[in-house]
Amino acid sequence: MTPSSSIAAPGAAPGHEAHHEHGDHPSYLVDGTTVKSWLLTVDHKRIGIMYMFWVLLFFLVGGIFAMMIRLELLTPGPTIMDAMTYNRTFTLHGVVMIFLFMIPAIPAIFGNFMLPLMLGAKDVAFPRLNLLSLYVYLAGAGFALWGMLNGGLDTGWTFYTPYSAHTTTTVAPVLFGAFIIGFSSILTGMNFIVTAHTMRAPGITWFKMPLFVWALYATSCIQVLATPVIGLLLLLVSAENLFNLGMFDVARGGDPVLFQHLFWFYSHPAVYIMVLPAFGVMSEVVSTFSRKNIFGYRAVAYSSVGIAFVGFFAWGHHMFVSGQSTFDAGIFGALSMLVGVFTAIKVFNWVGTVYKGAVEFTTPFAYFCGFLFFTVFGGMTGIAVATVSLDVPWHDTYFVVAHFHFIMVGATIMAFLAALHYWFPKMFGKTYHEGWGLVSAALIILGFNATFIPQFLLGNAGMPRRYYEYPERFQALNVASTAGASLLAFGFVIIALYLVWALIYGKRVDNPWGSKGYEWLTASPPPTHNFVGPQPTYPEEPHFYVDPKKAEVSDAV
Amino acid sequence: MSDLANKLLFLPERASTFADRIDFLHYFVVGTTMVASAGVGLAALFMFFRYRRRVENQATEYVVPNLKTEFLFVSVPLVFFLAWFAIGFRDFTWFTTPPKDSMDVYVMGKQWMWKFSYPEGPNGVNVLHVPANRPVRLLITSRDVIHSFFVPSFRIKMDALPGRYTQAWFEATKPGTYQVLCTEYCGLSHSKMLAEVVVMAPEEYDNWIKEQRRGRLQDRQDALADNSLVPGTARMAEQGQKLAGTQGCLKCHSVDGSQHIGPTFLGMYDRLEHLQDGQNIRVDEAYITQSMMDPGAHIVAGYQNVMPTYQGKLQGPESAAIVEYIKSLRTANVREGASEGPAYDPIQ
Repeated sequence: MTPSSSIAAPGAAPGHEAHHEHGDHPSYLVDGTTVKSWLLTVDHKRIGIMYMFWVLLFFLVGGIFAMMIRLELLTPGPTIMDAMTYNRTFTLHGVVMIFLFMIPAIPAIFGNFMLPLMLGAKDVAFPRLNLLSLYVYLAGAGFALWGMLNGGLDTGWTFYTPYSAHTTTTVAPVLFGAFIIGFSSILTGMNFIVTAHTMRAPGITWFKMPLFVWALYATSCIQVLATPVIGLLLLLVSAENLFNLGMFDVARGGDPVLFQHLFWFYSHPAVYIMVLPAFGVMSEVVSTFSRKNIFGYRAVAYSSVGIAFVGFFAWGHHMFVSGQSTFDAGIFGALSMLVGVFTAIKVFNWVGTVYKGAVEFTTPFAYFCGFLFFTVFGGMTGIAVATVSLDVPWHDTYFVVAHFHFIMVGATIMAFLAALHYWFPKMFGKTYHEGWGLVSAALIILGFNATFIPQFLLGNAGMPRRYYEYPERFQALNVASTAGASLLAFGFVIIALYLVWALIYGKRVDNPWGSKGYEWLTASPPPTHNFVGPQPTYPEEPHFYVDPKKAEVSDAV
Repeated sequence: MSDLANKLLFLPERASTFADRIDFLHYFVVGTTMVASAGVGLAALFMFFRYRRRVENQATEYVVPNLKTEFLFVSVPLVFFLAWFAIGFRDFTWFTTPPKDSMDVYVMGKQWMWKFSYPEGPNGVNVLHVPANRPVRLLITSRDVIHSFFVPSFRIKMDALPGRYTQAWFEATKPGTYQVLCTEYCGLSHSKMLAEVVVMAPEEYDNWIKEQRRGRLQDRQDALADNSLVPGTARMAEQGQKLAGTQGCLKCHSVDGSQHIGPTFLGMYDRLEHLQDGQNIRVDEAYITQSMMDPGAHIVAGYQNVMPTYQGKLQGPESAAIVEYIKSLRTANVREGASEGPAYDPIQ
């Protein structure tokens, strides 16, 4: 392989002077500096950066709600707010975090930025649609936040009927906001699918696509297929709430459980919308920092598709105690086990990737360690709650809260932070302080465990979720959890500080990791049309670090 | 041994046959999860150390797994997960199949209390009496939104759905008092929707239920047979009477029919009230409860909006007791049809 001129040889001083002043080909960051040039851009990289701004802002909002919840639960009785405020707070925490942060976080920011680069494309297939999806997302967010500020709603993010149809709080604008955000999700998903099919550079076959692209592809399929279902459902509930229809109202012949089926038909796969991109990020990270090709590339790629597929047939495991038949429970329980097996394949292959590698323990790699633990423990507790009989006592208790925070939030946040640190030099051409990175990673991983391990135990002890007040015997564990949450919040503050510092004063770098991922084949930050001069060639799979002396494939383990 | 495990895992006391069955699987699953997480974590840490980067631009070998490895990666977790599923599904089937000789109790959830009624009486709010060592089948429904009936010590839970009956069963193994919690979010006082199960020794229970069904109470049941809203136990109403005094209700509401700052409690229940906004409302449990928690919501015509809220001042069972007290203040003349004399003791 002849590396393109812009990729730095590992260890060699990055040749950054060479490309930062390209003259005719400035980086996407400085190519047009007016506000209009940003707001009306069709450059996938700028759109990714704008998503980053908004998504991080909503993460802050959701995080503040999270801290309010934890503070309220410090004491068994009222602590800092009344019951109605608490019920609204946990609802807003759920809605903001799920719809405005978790679902768009990795695909909309890093997917947008990296996917075309990884495929050797100049942009996504439909650049204008891409910009539209950002504004649709903001419109939906605006609607939802407007509803939250004008009355707020207290249904929980699951909006279960008949409560959501009867509550006097403002349900309709928030549901409508979530409905609009769904379109953004579908548009981005479609864009990625078409881009992966039609815009791969010569030399990039399906099985040479980076695993992050595979993960995004599987995610996009879920988004396109499942999101319409929740869209229709949210419209139906809004209509029921506004016009007193009889869809879900028993008194009018409706069925409240129908809501749950439709809701989880989307929301279970939505878990994989959040976590599959995280898996993709981690495949890139572990490979780069072990300087190894992915162990079992095809198995990891296929398992993403497998999770996406099986994820559609597992929704009923949210409803074991809702009066569904024993037979249904058995089917949904058995199918849920398969998700665990697909995830296990990934986990083993990630660990396998390190085998005979050359590990550099950097901040993104620290997040990989945390991710590994959260995925295994969070994933296996997921299998535990999908075990029908065990779900009976655990259902709707803090055990479930802890489980989904571990896998959905823990794994995704680890991947989000790993991606942020791993691709920070790619996106901005600057680097952050590694020492602070490792300190905050340690704080966050520790804080996360300290927050949610006590919640597993609370669930065992029988504390239901969404409780404003609780029997006194649960207090010690709640205090521990709140302490952990404070540590976690502190970690995020540190990250925010040093990353902003790095943005302004950071050292200029090009490819500090010596990564052989395809996205590093261009300059950092990339020029507007991604590649300048001769297009890179792709004779090898991404992350091919083979020692020329040991070039023969060794069939090991 | 298992007591130690329960302490470590913060599991509540085991007090039903289902709990005995399920805890074994719990240890197995949680144990495997911890061993697997630790195993993967330690293996990873070992490799991070063993294969740490020694030279700046170190290259690596190209390693791909062989079929045997990948097969191992799939089959080991699959075997464990399917084993859990098999045991779990067996126990779940057991849990969803009540024995034929179980005794029935109807359970109704409503914002925010649990009502229990035995097919042949009595009825109660927030306290369920059952015998030990006898299977009890719960027929669960809801009057408003979805609730979920959860007894941690029995490890049982079942949703209460409006317009539909679900069932759950248990066989308590130890006399004692166990907490019932609502685990499906049901609105403002979701976290106060608590009740208790009182498990009695079988003979004790037989005596108790005989006592409940005997005499005056039975007469009341008969007298009110035409009315679906049967009052709760005398105990609740008495408790409610005390609370009405201590909470200051009686400063504004009379119990002898005379008008005061607020409407009289006498005969209030089931009355059709004319509201300030021109609508009419039937005074039921929901309205009385709402009026305690949000007094301004529906004001009866002719009265001022001066009542303070009791939100946060009254526990779920307490407000239910006051409702039961108000219900006990019904006079014979509010019922339609032939009267068999006063159903209640005259008001003092």
